[in-house]
Amino acid sequence: MTEFLKQNIGRRAVLGAGLAGVSMLAMPSILRAQDKSLKVGVYGGYFKDSFDKNIFPEFTKATGIAIEAVAEPTGEAWLVQLEQAAKAGQAPADVSMMSQVSMLKGQATDLWAPLDVAKIKNASNLIDRFVNKYPDGRIAGIGAVSWYITLVTNTDVYKEAPTSWEAFWDPANVDKLGLLALVSNSFLLEVTAKTFFGGTNALDTEEGIEKAFTKLAEVKPNVRLWYRDEAQFEQALKSGEIPMGQYYHDVTGLAAADGNPVRSTFPKEGGIQDSGCWALSRASQKVEEAHIFIDYMSQPSIQAILSRKVGTSPTVKRELTDLTAEEFAAVSSDIEPIIPRYDLYQTKSDWLNQKWTELIVG
Amino acid sequence: MRRETPQRLADYGPLFFPAMMLIVFFVVPFATMIAVSFFQRQQGGFYVPAFELSNYQRFLSLFFANVLGFSLMLAIAVAICCVVLAIPFTYLLTRMARKVQIIWLVALLSVLSLSEVIIGFAWSTLFSRTAGITNLLVMAGLMSEAKALLPSFGAVLTGMVYQAFPYTVLVLYPALVRLDPTLTEAARTLGASPIKAFFTVVVPALRNTITATLIMVFIFALGSYLLPQLLGRPQHWTLSVLITDQAIYQSNMPFAAAMAVFLVLVTLGLVALTVIAGRKGEAA
Repeated sequence: MTEFLKQNIGRRAVLGAGLAGVSMLAMPSILRAQDKSLKVGVYGGYFKDSFDKNIFPEFTKATGIAIEAVAEPTGEAWLVQLEQAAKAGQAPADVSMMSQVSMLKGQATDLWAPLDVAKIKNASNLIDRFVNKYPDGRIAGIGAVSWYITLVTNTDVYKEAPTSWEAFWDPANVDKLGLLALVSNSFLLEVTAKTFFGGTNALDTEEGIEKAFTKLAEVKPNVRLWYRDEAQFEQALKSGEIPMGQYYHDVTGLAAADGNPVRSTFPKEGGIQDSGCWALSRASQKVEEAHIFIDYMSQPSIQAILSRKVGTSPTVKRELTDLTAEEFAAVSSDIEPIIPRYDLYQTKSDWLNQKWTELIVG
Repeated sequence: MRRETPQRLADYGPLFFPAMMLIVFFVVPFATMIAVSFFQRQQGGFYVPAFELSNYQRFLSLFFANVLGFSLMLAIAVAICCVVLAIPFTYLLTRMARKVQIIWLVALLSVLSLSEVIIGFAWSTLFSRTAGITNLLVMAGLMSEAKALLPSFGAVLTGMVYQAFPYTVLVLYPALVRLDPTLTEAARTLGASPIKAFFTVVVPALRNTITATLIMVFIFALGSYLLPQLLGRPQHWTLSVLITDQAIYQSNMPFAAAMAVFLVLVTLGLVALTVIAGRKGEAA
C-alpha cells in the first residue's frame, strides 16, 4: 500500500481526493437542509400507508414543505424513544401522532413544545376535548384523528350482532374472546364501569376501581387471547378462530369491505372513543413548519378526507365537514361514546398496571 | 505453534479489540441497566437518578416469584426436551454420508434464519382450529372434529423447542463428530446392544458437552418473550414478557431494569450451581 502511494499518486492528490470525497458525501445533507421539510411520525402500517398516499403529497403541493413520514410503533414505545432522544437534543420526528396517555406522560417531562394557537387558525374548528392542554393552560397537542374501539364479531359464527358489551360476560361465550392485553389500551375498566356501574365516574375512587376489577375478573374464562399485536387478533377474527372481541372500528370496516365475515357494532353503552394528537417534540427545530402542518390537518375538508380514506372519526365539529350521514355513520356513531379515563393512567398507572397484570396472569 | 504465557504488555495486544467490544457492547449497557434499576420511577413520567431499593422491593412478591418460577421451569423444560431430542438425532446424523449431513445441516441452519415472529405465527396457524393439523387428523378419521391446540403450555413448549433445536444440534455436532468410533465398536465387541452402547458409552463420554448444551439452551429459552405471548395464555407469560411490558408499555425503566438484573442474577446462580455440581460429579 505505501509502495503504491509513493509510486503514482502524490500526497496532495490523496488529500485532494479525500476532501472531494468528503464534501460529496456531505452534499446531500446540505441540499436537504435548504429545502423546507418536516419529519412526521404516524402509526406504522396501514395508517402510514394511507397518509403517504392520500394526505402528505397534497400537503407538500399546497405548502412546499416536504414530509418525511416516520413509522412509529403503537403504545408508549414511541414516547420512550422520543423522550430519550429529546434528552440528547435529537428529534426522530418533529411532529408525532400521540395517544392521550402518552400526551399526559410527555407533559410530565415537558416533552411537548407548547403550540401557538394564533398560528393555527383552524384550531377553532376542533371539538374542545381534542385540544390537549398542560395544567397551566399551554397547548401541548391538537387532535389529529379519533377512532373507536367497538364490539366486533365474526358473522359466520354470530348470525345476530350483539347489542351490548354484556356479551363479554355471557357464559355462552366461553373461550371465544380476543381482548387487548394492557389496562391502558383496552379501556375495559371504563367499559365495565359504563356497562354495570352507571358510568366511568364509578372509577373515581379506589373502591370503585376494585369493584370494576372484580366484575372484570368474571370475563377471564371467556377470553382466549389477550393481544398486544393487532395482526394476531385480526387474523383470528377473520377466520372465526376467535369470533368475538374488541377491535378498531375503522380497520374492521375495511376488512368487512374486503369481503371478510366480520362486523363492528356500537354497543348500546357506546363505543370506546380514543384519539391521537399532533404533538411537537421540544427538541425539534422545525417549529414554523410544524404549525403550518397542524393547521393544514385541522381543516374540516382534510378531516373529511381522513374519514373517507383512512376511516377515522373527525376531531373537528361534525357540522363543519361535508360528510353525509352515511359517511359519518361509517366512522362514528351518535351513541354517546365511552371516553377513557386518561387521568387514571397517569396518576394511578403503576397500581392499575399491577392489579391488571395480576388479574389476567394470576 | 508455540504457546507461552504472555511476557510483555504487547503480548496482550490481540486481546484489546475483543475486550473493548465486550466493554462497549456488554459491560457499559449492563452497568447502565444496574444503575437504572436503583433510579426513582416518576409515575406518569419517566425516571430520575436516585438510589432506592423500591424497585427490587416491588419485585419481591408471591406474584413475581410465581412468574419467575414458571419462566425458569419453562426454560429448563425446553433445554431438556432439546437435548433429549438432539443427542440421538445428531448421533445418527454424524453416522450418515457426508452429503446427507450437509443437506441436514443446511436445513437446520435455514431454520435459524426465521425470526421468532414467523415461527410464532406459523405454529399458531398449525395449532389453530380452522386451519391446523387437527384438520388432517379429522380427514384421516382419527378425530371426530377439529379443535384448537392453542393457547396452551404444549404449544409454547413446542414453539420454543422448535426454535432452539438447531442451536442444540450445532453445539452437539462437533463433539459427536470427533467422538472416537472405536469406543462404541469396543462396546459392541464386548456384547453391548447398539442402544446399550449409546447410553453407557456415548452419553457418558459427552457429559461435559451435554451440560454445556443444557446451559446454553436454558439461557437462550429464558430470554424468549414473543412465543409465550403468541402461543400461550397469560399464565404462560414469562418474566421477559412482563419486563417488556414495563419497559415499553409502562415506560417504567427502573422496575424493568430491576427485574432484568434479578433474572440475570438467578440465571448466573443456576449456571454456577450446575457447573459446581458437574465438578463434584467428576471428582467422585
